[in-house]
Amino acid sequence: MTKSLLRWINLGFIGGAILLALLFTILVLIITGAPPLAAFRHILLGSIGSFSDVLVAVVPLMIVTTGLLATFITGLWNIGIEGQITMGAIFTTAILRFFLNTHVSPFIVLVLAILAGMIGGGLWSSLVGLLKTYGGVNEIFGGLGMNFVATTITLWLIFGPWKRPGVASMAGTEPFPDWMSLPTIRNLRLSIWTLVIALISLFIIYIILNGTHFGLKLKAVGKNMRAAFLLGIPTVRLILLSFIICGALGGLAGALQVTAVYHRLIPSISSGYGYMGLMVAMLINLRAVWIIPIALFFAALNIGSIQLPIMLQLDSSLAGVLQGALVLFVLMMDGLRQRLMRRS
Amino acid sequence: MNIELIGIDKSFGSVHANDNIHLTIPSGTIQGILGENGAGKSTLMKVLSGFIQADRARIILDSKEVVIHSTTDANRLGIGMLHQDPLDFPPMRAIDNFLVGRGNVPLTIQKFWERVFPNRSDAIREFNLLQNQMDFSLDPNSYIDSLTIGERQQLEILRLLWVGAKVIILDEPTTGISSIQKTKLFAALKKLVEQGKTVIFVSHKLDDVQQLCNKIAVLRKGQLVGEATPPYKTDQLIKMMFGKLVTLNTREITETCPPVLELQGVSIEDYHLRITNVNLQVFGGEVIGLAGMEGSGQAAFLRACGGLIRPVAGKMYMDKQDMTGKNFQAFRKKGVSYLPASRLEEGLVTGLTLTEHFLLAEEKSEMFINWVDAEKLTRQRIEQFDIKGTPSTKVEALSGGNQQRTLLALLKSPLVIVLLEHPTRGLDVESTIHIWGLLKERCRQKTAIIFISSDLEEILQYSDRILVFFSGQVSLPLDATSTSVDQLGQLIGGIGWGEKQ
Repeated sequence: MTKSLLRWINLGFIGGAILLALLFTILVLIITGAPPLAAFRHILLGSIGSFSDVLVAVVPLMIVTTGLLATFITGLWNIGIEGQITMGAIFTTAILRFFLNTHVSPFIVLVLAILAGMIGGGLWSSLVGLLKTYGGVNEIFGGLGMNFVATTITLWLIFGPWKRPGVASMAGTEPFPDWMSLPTIRNLRLSIWTLVIALISLFIIYIILNGTHFGLKLKAVGKNMRAAFLLGIPTVRLILLSFIICGALGGLAGALQVTAVYHRLIPSISSGYGYMGLMVAMLINLRAVWIIPIALFFAALNIGSIQLPIMLQLDSSLAGVLQGALVLFVLMMDGLRQRLMRRS
Repeated sequence: MNIELIGIDKSFGSVHANDNIHLTIPSGTIQGILGENGAGKSTLMKVLSGFIQADRARIILDSKEVVIHSTTDANRLGIGMLHQDPLDFPPMRAIDNFLVGRGNVPLTIQKFWERVFPNRSDAIREFNLLQNQMDFSLDPNSYIDSLTIGERQQLEILRLLWVGAKVIILDEPTTGISSIQKTKLFAALKKLVEQGKTVIFVSHKLDDVQQLCNKIAVLRKGQLVGEATPPYKTDQLIKMMFGKLVTLNTREITETCPPVLELQGVSIEDYHLRITNVNLQVFGGEVIGLAGMEGSGQAAFLRACGGLIRPVAGKMYMDKQDMTGKNFQAFRKKGVSYLPASRLEEGLVTGLTLTEHFLLAEEKSEMFINWVDAEKLTRQRIEQFDIKGTPSTKVEALSGGNQQRTLLALLKSPLVIVLLEHPTRGLDVESTIHIWGLLKERCRQKTAIIFISSDLEEILQYSDRILVFFSGQVSLPLDATSTSVDQLGQLIGGIGWGEKQ
């Protein structure tokens, strides 16, 4: 079978998967008694209408997904990414609070705060890594547990030591002054700096995965840990490193949520971007370049679906239905394709 | 139950595992199936027990032709198999393991209730009844983890009897059990055939087979080479098992150097074996062959030589340095390499190309990959080692011989010791000669080679010294020039250990 034919078959299966995901979502809409076409139109118009918000959402999603690629290539399921985003946000908030009443240059404060976020995420993920390599705890369970711990710490900080003057609330900590935020474009919520940071992270991960000995070793560990070990590759160290890279990027996403989007620590600071990043990472299957279109599509779905409650009295979680269905059908079709290929 | 196997034929790719085997096993016999590893014993038994489907087969049970599609079919027909590693549930109690097998009994209305809510006290009563018949003494409430391999076998036999097995197949049952348990097992098996059941006893242990079986069939290279009935002649069995004597090529004589590896009173514990007090000096440039049936301890020994298993006692020295208890990476730094038997599972990284493999093996310290140089290096290695593939070929697309050549091409230079598990298993003659040519080249560069093989001719042809393993016992090093296939065959089958050791 020729290579081009194989490529067309692959594309056909992916197209089929998208079609099935759409059909499934339409079915869900029909069951709930909503007009499917109108729903899709509102999502589309909504996402185009507030494209800058789509970009605001795409930044954390892209950064998280690039981080997850570092663990995916090593064959690890870093479910703990949510907690790592949260820890990053907590560390960043701590640094910002420390400089609240000082007169240090905003640039230095922001750089320190963002770096602290990366360290926080990295530390949190290294715990998951240590649990896996030395404690024999599967990273899925370790990560999930650490997510709950991170959330609890956030709540404790918001309602305890970092509570607002007066009464603590779910709205989060006291907002930081303007000079502690990354500059945004005029009256939009989007900061161009965050987009640049996201693209740089993507570029770095792309280079690591495709052009370095380190990336190749990660790949070898992910594909066959035993053989990699016998070839003399320090598998434990690489597993830890890939967790730390992923956690640092998760922490970076958390840091940017604090410094560029919410300007304070809120209880749900990770906003589910970690889980969404896992979905994107599963869809793109290590092809780093595809992060951009897929993350944009997912972010557009999220932002567009905000219109649904207003226009159609539908819950905005419809975006999640479509995203989840898409991942499931793509994975399913891929499995089907491999099965058919093996037979023929 | 009378069993008639007619024309059993099964191939795995190019390997003809069972070549038109005809075998009749009358009811009330203990049939021994003897043969070396890879002779096709397990394949034949798996066909009978429904684990695998033969390419062609006719199976007649009590003069009725049957088709066995699955283990469920086999169980329903009364065929039960006792696997070498017991297939049970270690975290569960013995009685629960006993009950689990019930699922295969055909479902009827009155059985339904019993299956949803198993009646433990009834089961325990039946369990004890059965085990009294067999002279076993298991505690039905004990957890499987706390039982020995022998006791787990007993439990499995009880379970098979309980679900109505009339034919019991045992695959290498005497490998991990004590001699007391062996006596008990043999007594139980004899009792079973007295009751008219049929027992098939698969083993490579000559003593056991001769002691127990009413009838022996010997397999070699997928074919049934002969059958024997008592009184058995050991020599004749060995000859059938291993084929005739071969004339050996002249061996290259390598001069000896100081020892590169020294073992002093080393003891190794494996999952069901204990190797005690091995003393050995390995010299640069020599080849040591480890002979023995699979699972006799040679694999654990080889792994211990590379730091992959930590010895429980004794000292290991390399280059006058104490290496006792050091890990694999430390041994690697000292120039030890280990090539596993399962090339794709442990040796090579599936999904990666040849170029990527050579890059990984180079242990480069720089950050970025120079793909052009890497491809050039790969082309060079491909030519040097005669690998049929291109730099972008993924390793799983290579044939077995080319995978093995790749593994050898990945070895560092210079090396002090190469440890190999079955270096030429599954390879054709041409590849075998090529691989050994490469290994001998290493020897000339003063690399010591320690290898495991189940091919006695290979062991005798290429080794300078031979260690024979039998149930965890290790022979003194034998000089390969003064050892014959027959002697080796006897030692491997567990004969002649008393006087030698």
